[in-house]
Amino acid sequence: MAFRQGLDSVMVVMFFILAVILFPFGVGPEGNILARIAPGVIWVAALLSTMLSLERLFQTDFEDGSLELLVLSPVPLEVVVVARVIGHWLTTGLPLIIASPLLAVFLNMHADGYPMMLAALALGTPTLSLIGAVGAALILGARRGGVLLSLLVLPLFIPVLIFGVSAVDAALGGFSVKAQLLILGALFLAAAPLCSWAAAAALRQAVESS
Amino acid sequence: MSRNFIRQVLYPAINYLLHRYANPARFMRMSARVTPWLAGITILLAGSGLYLGLFVSPADYQQSETVRIMYVHVPAAWIALSCYVGMAVGAAVGLIWKHPLAHVMTKSSAPIGAIFTFLALLTGSLWGKPMWGTYWVWDARLTSMLVLFFLYIGYMALNNAFDDPGRGTTTSAILVLVGSVNIPIIKFSVEWWNTLHQPASVIRAGGPAIDGSMLWPLLLMIAAYTTYYVWVLFIRMRTDIMETRLRALRMRQVHEQAGT
Amino acid sequence: MQEFLDMGGYAAFIWPCFIVSAVLLVGLLVVSQRQSKSIEATLTALEAEMPSRKDMS
Repeated sequence: MAFRQGLDSVMVVMFFILAVILFPFGVGPEGNILARIAPGVIWVAALLSTMLSLERLFQTDFEDGSLELLVLSPVPLEVVVVARVIGHWLTTGLPLIIASPLLAVFLNMHADGYPMMLAALALGTPTLSLIGAVGAALILGARRGGVLLSLLVLPLFIPVLIFGVSAVDAALGGFSVKAQLLILGALFLAAAPLCSWAAAAALRQAVESS
Repeated sequence: MSRNFIRQVLYPAINYLLHRYANPARFMRMSARVTPWLAGITILLAGSGLYLGLFVSPADYQQSETVRIMYVHVPAAWIALSCYVGMAVGAAVGLIWKHPLAHVMTKSSAPIGAIFTFLALLTGSLWGKPMWGTYWVWDARLTSMLVLFFLYIGYMALNNAFDDPGRGTTTSAILVLVGSVNIPIIKFSVEWWNTLHQPASVIRAGGPAIDGSMLWPLLLMIAAYTTYYVWVLFIRMRTDIMETRLRALRMRQVHEQAGT
Repeated sequence: MQEFLDMGGYAAFIWPCFIVSAVLLVGLLVVSQRQSKSIEATLTALEAEMPSRKDMS
């Protein structure tokens, strides 16, 4: 089990790296251009990588019936969701954060941006996992769940993306990052209760109708 | 709005309406009577709004004739937003109180809201080119409206993604509620951020900032779009109720045939 | 008349707005109405076939 989780993390990080290094090939290796788009590219790649592992968040439990047991257990379903989200973040978000400096090097990001890149990703990726959990719960038993998941979840990721990139850009430009960090923090604090409630509600839906 | 008014008039009225039209059959009868009126009123309002807007009202001294796009852009944006709010209310009422028609209302509203959002984006873009020099800009207002469009599409996709239609509606109801965090962002985006888009000029603290000759066609068009929304909503709700009935009858047919 | 259609030179922006709005909104109305009629026809046909307890249309 732990080995499979580890393998999952490796695959997610591999995708992250691959997605990012496509850009120098597509956009050209000129350092200035890469440096300009680096925060955005890294963030978008992080979004897409997060999404890869979301579909299976509840899928196996749904299919083998253990989801029903989780819903009926005395532990509040919201807590189960939060536990799953933490697990998802540890195997997806955290590896992405650790891999990001390497990618910043590939994209010629200026040194000023590195600490903020790490901080913004650290604040933002848990929110992505939370929002993703809602999507993963909603599509249980749906046709073409994978594509549908992207359609549902990416629009909701956009605020995190906007402020995450803005934080890194501000640090690179020497401006204050306080506002962006506060908003990223607020997004996380808002997402934690709202998403765990919504995901739990969706899980109950899925169990009730199967 | 005084507290007494809310307690003694508004709540009982809403309660009454919700209870009365919880019965699908009664809703069908009411909507059959009301839709011709909605049709007539919509045509009247749209006709007079368009006449005033296109022929009578003056060209703006700053924006010249392009200001006329306001008469189709603002109503579309306004209804696109209100429709989603309505859907969120319907989703909440359906999930919490299990009102039989709440989910029907939400599901039937979605295509209408999606089209209005598309029209708001399109007309806004065509207005933006002559006015600001660009078809698109990634400011807070336009971006959040684009997100709204994707929320509508996502809702409709999720709704249709399940073999069991009941599962589809209740699941997408949760989605609507999660997405409703976008609504305050849309509404207040022009105030919170420096955006290219114009800040509020009608509903604001000092009263409308538009001249009467332009305000009237605008209000008429907003009213026309609203009655249009209710008109098409009722048509689509009727279709949905009949489809549910059809499914039930077909299932009964299958059971009866299996029994014989 | 020509001046009206010209809209001060902005015709290419203004008229598509009104026309597309009209086309899409009328289109939605027509499609919704058609769906409704079609379902209604199917429903009444099916109900005529089956002895039903109480119909709802």
